Amino acid sequence: MTTGRSRRRRRLTTRSTTAAAATIGVLALGACSLSGGGNGGEETTDGGSAVVRLVTHDSFAISDDVRAAFEESSGYTIELINPGDGGALVNQLILTKDSPLGDAVYGVDNTFASRAIDEGVFAEYVPSDVPASAEPYRIDGAEDLLTPVDVGDVCLNVDHAWFTERGLAEPAGFEDLLKPEYRDLTVVTNPATSSPGLAFLLATVGAFGEDGWLDYWAQLRDNGLSVVDGWEDAYYVDFSGAGGGGPRPIVLSYSSSPAFTVGDDGGSTTGALLDTCFRQVEYAGVIAGAENPEGAQALVDFLLSEDFQADLPEQMYVYPVDDAVELPAEWVEFAPLAPEPFEVAPADIAEHRDSWIEQWTDTVIG
Amino acid sequence: MHSALRRRGGRLAWAAGWVLLAAVPLAFLAVFFAWPVATMVARGFTADGALDLSGFADVLARPRTWRVIGQTLGQAAVGTALAVLLGLPAAFVLYRRSFPGRGLVRALVTVPFVLPTVVVGVAFRSLLVPTGPLGFLGLDRTFPAVVAALVFFNYAVVVRTVGGVWERLDPRAEQAARALGATPWRAFRTVTLPALGPAIASAASVVFLFCATAFGVVQVLGGPRYGTIETEIWTQTTQFLDLRAASVLSVLQLAVVTVALAVSARSRRRRERALRLEEARVTARPLRLWRDGRPTGEAVPAVVTAVVVAGLLVLPLGMLLIRSLRVDGAWSLRHYELLGSTGDANTLSATVWEATGNSLRVAVDATLLAVVVGIAVALVVSRRPRAATARRAVGVLDGLFMLPLGVSAVTVGFGLLITLDRPPFDLRSSLVLIPIAQAVVAIPLVVRTVLPVLRAIDPRQREVAAVLGAGPARVLASVDLPLVLRSLGLAVGFAFAVSLGEFGATSFLARPDRPTLPVVIFRLIGRPGEDNYGMALAASVVLGALVAAVMALAERLRPPHAGEL
Repeated sequence: MTTGRSRRRRRLTTRSTTAAAATIGVLALGACSLSGGGNGGEETTDGGSAVVRLVTHDSFAISDDVRAAFEESSGYTIELINPGDGGALVNQLILTKDSPLGDAVYGVDNTFASRAIDEGVFAEYVPSDVPASAEPYRIDGAEDLLTPVDVGDVCLNVDHAWFTERGLAEPAGFEDLLKPEYRDLTVVTNPATSSPGLAFLLATVGAFGEDGWLDYWAQLRDNGLSVVDGWEDAYYVDFSGAGGGGPRPIVLSYSSSPAFTVGDDGGSTTGALLDTCFRQVEYAGVIAGAENPEGAQALVDFLLSEDFQADLPEQMYVYPVDDAVELPAEWVEFAPLAPEPFEVAPADIAEHRDSWIEQWTDTVIG
Repeated sequence: MHSALRRRGGRLAWAAGWVLLAAVPLAFLAVFFAWPVATMVARGFTADGALDLSGFADVLARPRTWRVIGQTLGQAAVGTALAVLLGLPAAFVLYRRSFPGRGLVRALVTVPFVLPTVVVGVAFRSLLVPTGPLGFLGLDRTFPAVVAALVFFNYAVVVRTVGGVWERLDPRAEQAARALGATPWRAFRTVTLPALGPAIASAASVVFLFCATAFGVVQVLGGPRYGTIETEIWTQTTQFLDLRAASVLSVLQLAVVTVALAVSARSRRRRERALRLEEARVTARPLRLWRDGRPTGEAVPAVVTAVVVAGLLVLPLGMLLIRSLRVDGAWSLRHYELLGSTGDANTLSATVWEATGNSLRVAVDATLLAVVVGIAVALVVSRRPRAATARRAVGVLDGLFMLPLGVSAVTVGFGLLITLDRPPFDLRSSLVLIPIAQAVVAIPLVVRTVLPVLRAIDPRQREVAAVLGAGPARVLASVDLPLVLRSLGLAVGFAFAVSLGEFGATSFLARPDRPTLPVVIFRLIGRPGEDNYGMALAASVVLGALVAAVMALAERLRPPHAGEL
């Protein structure tokens, strides 16, 4: 009897153990099949640090041949890590600074740079040949941490046809938007949830000063301003000029957007109001504690190379920081940079960003 | 005496087996969910190495916090109630009655469930803006618009979860009630509805969690004035890096979710009882709308379903489809042809078809994980142990595995980044993490799909099997397993759909070299240019079609012997 009992007991235990083991096995299998699914050995890089990991935002893009040229000449393979938009990128760098996500970073912009600088997430590195046109964009006190790579202007865009049909002149700048004839015509994005929204808030700070910008927004609100949370929502739903037939002919977008609305007649159906722009500058740098600092430095150098700079407009809709690099013809014609964009010093932005957004929310959203 | 001892020994071993079966999913949940979330929340509650809970007083003092909690609860409650009210008639029509095209409608119903919220939000709003086809309703950026979208997304959960049980319900009880003179409505209310109670509660709790943590829909359709705790956590974390506020909000969200789960578990337990489940094919009668020149009782659910499907599903989906087929005011397949490219001015790092391949591969892995872990959980949770502590443990386990639906994707995503960054779990930039993160979200759905069926098993069936000499394992294999396998198709379909449509956690983890379909759609719609927008719509249509096909297939997925009982 005793034998029978223990045998029975063992058999049952074995069976449940088998079930559990099978479960674990299947779990492991599930996890394995992906790495087996054509993931081609990128994890097997321990035999030398030929991989350089670039942490960047989710708008990053690069031509295959430009990337291949770098990989061939430098001997490094680029591995991309993109944790989200510009804000999310900076925040993740800060959160992971004890165990960095990668070696180099590209895409930190002037609205967020100071936060990351203050947290000490960058290592010192200055490329040897920074173009002269990049000098004005360097950040005071952080010249050896971040290198400017590209610039872009956030500006109001207008739908030409809408204004032509109604015989109404297009607005020229901020003051016009307060006039009764432009009532209910403008849609912008929320600075708390969208980076163009924040840039536009800063444009008004640059235009009206720290004492006057909020009052301008209050008047804008009273003149029928519409605010949505995301750029795609504003551009594709509310804006009348993006093919969706939305109700509003003035939208917050980029100075480069009109290059993407060129019609069959060779003219652009939209235009940017160059007197309403804030210039976003994107920076690159070496991440403090990088596993492969040499690779990271080579990568930052590469971002300033003519190949990469010339690739920028078509790939990421931004302008090369090197003004000697040739722009695509459509950009020259339809998407010029603002001659005098509004500016706010990065240190001011760092100090006031959150409170400005709060004040803006209280005033405009209520 | 000897035999008593033997029984005792056997029971102990069996209990050990159950504990082990519970331990594996628990370990999975602990590593890939609880640990990251706890670490992330803990960051917000420490300042200079010391515990700092002052955030609570701060955040709770903001009027905005209370407004947002109110909006979260309001949206979720109304969204859930409507999804259940509108989903029940559809579950009846689509699972209890047969008619030509039923399979198509069933597949169509699930499509919204996986569509990227940004795309759907934009499609919905295009209908509702003053210049849109439904602009006259004046619903643009209103509470009803948000709720309508929530119902749009979650309708499928109710229809399928409830329908799956309904189609196997023995019709004889209701027939008996009718024979005794009860009206169809009364028979439904007193016989069928109580039997469906657990499945309804199951579906409602899932829908509530989905609604309470909705993000993209609320942002697009509600605008800045509307928010949920989820949108607040997202803003505080990704935009302000105010981890203190984010942690407080995460704890509040957890509290809301826990209360909701407790309420739903209570109502479920009160209604739970053994049911007679039949083979599905036997029960579906042809739909009859007219008899003797008068509408039958079936006409009402049929009309409700038709109106909902046409108005709430076909209209926005049709808008999406039509716009994907229009180029410069003419019909064209151009956007679909472009799916083989990397987009206007090379917007993408992979073509949409490559991304589709990535998505499918990840979905297979995620489904496998979710189904294995989910079934283990469902089997454990379906037990009704005699010991009170064990019973309580089972109840807690049940709730624990629902939590991933109720916790912010941002908290989970950021948490994964700061916990899985060193051996033995150095997975942060590994592709393996994507199916794992998706499985964590899909497991609760698998559990909620399989559980109502398992719990409906009459315990006497198991007792009879045991009396006939079957050991516990044999009881499990011959009583529980066939029923589990029969709902497996639905579970697989749901898990697959969740994985294909998942965006929150994936967007933090996906590597640009290997983007998934929702990730490329999001990227396309975030760029100017008619082609990019058109491609985003076309890619969404592809995603929707893929899910409809997978769901239709999954429902046919029935093991050959599963019908025997």
